Amino acid sequence: MNSSATGRWGLRFLGLGYIAVLLIAPLILLFYKTFEEGLAPPFEAITSGDGLHALKLTLLTVVIAVPINTVFGVICSLLLVRHKWKGNWLIDAAINLPFAISPVVIGLSLFLLYGKNGWFEPGLAEAGIKILFSTPGIVLACVFVSVPFVVRETVPVLQEIGTEQEQAAETLGANAWQTFWRVTLPAIRWGVAYGVVLCTARVLGEFGAVSVVSGNISGETQTLPLFVEKNYENFNLPGAFGAAVLLALLALVVLMAMNLLKRKEAA
Amino acid sequence: MGISVEGAGKSFGDFQALDDVSIEVPDGSLTALLGPSGSGKSTLLRAIAGLETLDTGRVTIDGADVSKTPTQKREVGFVFQHYAAFKHMTVYENVGFGLKIRKWKKDAIRTRVDELLNLVQLPGLADRYPSQLSGGQRQRMALARALAVQPQVLLLDEPFGALDAKVRKDLRTWLRNLHEEMNVTTIFVTHDQEEAMDVAGQLVVMNQGRVEQSGSADDLYDKPANEFVMSFVGEVNRLGDSYVRPHDIEIVRDRDEKTEEAMVQRIVALGFEIRVELVLGDGTEVWAQLTRSEAQRLELQEGQIAYLRPVHAKSFNGSPPSNPRGASTPHGSTDGDDAEVSAAA
Repeated sequence: MNSSATGRWGLRFLGLGYIAVLLIAPLILLFYKTFEEGLAPPFEAITSGDGLHALKLTLLTVVIAVPINTVFGVICSLLLVRHKWKGNWLIDAAINLPFAISPVVIGLSLFLLYGKNGWFEPGLAEAGIKILFSTPGIVLACVFVSVPFVVRETVPVLQEIGTEQEQAAETLGANAWQTFWRVTLPAIRWGVAYGVVLCTARVLGEFGAVSVVSGNISGETQTLPLFVEKNYENFNLPGAFGAAVLLALLALVVLMAMNLLKRKEAA
Repeated sequence: MGISVEGAGKSFGDFQALDDVSIEVPDGSLTALLGPSGSGKSTLLRAIAGLETLDTGRVTIDGADVSKTPTQKREVGFVFQHYAAFKHMTVYENVGFGLKIRKWKKDAIRTRVDELLNLVQLPGLADRYPSQLSGGQRQRMALARALAVQPQVLLLDEPFGALDAKVRKDLRTWLRNLHEEMNVTTIFVTHDQEEAMDVAGQLVVMNQGRVEQSGSADDLYDKPANEFVMSFVGEVNRLGDSYVRPHDIEIVRDRDEKTEEAMVQRIVALGFEIRVELVLGDGTEVWAQLTRSEAQRLELQEGQIAYLRPVHAKSFNGSPPSNPRGASTPHGSTDGDDAEVSAAA
């Protein structure tokens, strides 16, 4: 073994060690703790009324927030890349806001808009619409925090494919909608899909913003991450660990989907 | 369908891409827009397709003003330098794209696509993806795609620019034959004067956003309107105020009143052609193109003194040409009767 090979193995060991200690070990411990006394206690805790409700609410949030951000993300990417405009840098910067700002702050700002004495509160109250401490508020918070993902993944792909294919479609008689649907979207589909996967993972696990706007009412406005926290605080460890494992498994499925997409893209 | 562009102007920021350009392309012709990069030739082509909006001027196709018509309604076939293949579609889907947009029946699309794939010599490749084709095959697929919708005019933007030399030559011949067969009015953009002369019946030479001259290859070569055309279309030597082609320099052994003394610097044998590099008394370097037998007859040696007699020298600034036998051409001397393309730049 020459010195460069030694160095390579050294680096590999360092990288793997880092991942093992910081990422893998806690997860293994979590799984171990959860199933220490068999499958029954965590399973019962999750399938209790509140646990099941939390799971449903979380999935509902994903089903609403992710499509909204996908459609918005694709439109926004097209605006940024295809329609050169002086104000584009502003849109670009604004989209990064949720990355930069703490989710708790986002939750609080939603409070100021929709909460008591908030800007929109009078109108909404009149119409009988409740945003805070209910599902709409949770969805809103999740949409906010997961805005950047689809845009960030789609913009580079759009830039890379260039405009020639779209122009070719135009010369062949396709209108703007046909061009988008038949040429642009298929060309950027892996980028969009990648963004959707990341967006889903984020919405699944969102805690900070949701905990501020939801009120964390068991069986009503409690998502899975909030369920984990509440059970942990109440020393209901089987419940907390069970739900945590469930969340981790959901995230793993999402990540696996992402890896499959990556492989498909490379092919 | 004839194409005419009148007074076209277009700028990108400070850059004037087109400056009052007018061209006439007769119905059924094959015309080349020839010029160096940045001369505006691609912009002009894109403006005809509607992919670029003109600041001033208008575009007419078959007598109808299409300046305000969007690209998808102009019925132009456009071929891009880098093919612009739809990568996620098979060859079949690529070629049939325009027909699908026009809501043709499946059977009709199949018949037409098969017909076109035969025409562009790609039969049997219908189910391949563009990434599985060579550059030349991709460009032929792109051409089939453009022809599928039976466009009024065919526009090719440096169609062979990304291909290697051999494929390029084959495709040139093939394009010329195809044009004879289809007879659709075709404009193609190139920076390669040999390619333009080889393929096109009419040439429009552009430079810095303007048309310098248009006409047949012979017109441009024998009667260039200015220095730019003379030096862009073919090789050229500069002798004082006049220009002379390397094959129009005679080398003689004995001096007379029409010759200039020069020293032979280098003799390069390029097969049939012999390239003789000389330096004049005032230090001007010129080169002459001789045939092998001419060179042998002269028994030229590097370092010897020889006498040059330029024939057909041209001068473009009003001063008389250095050689009385030379056919001097005043500005804009395009022969209106012969040239099917006339420019009013």
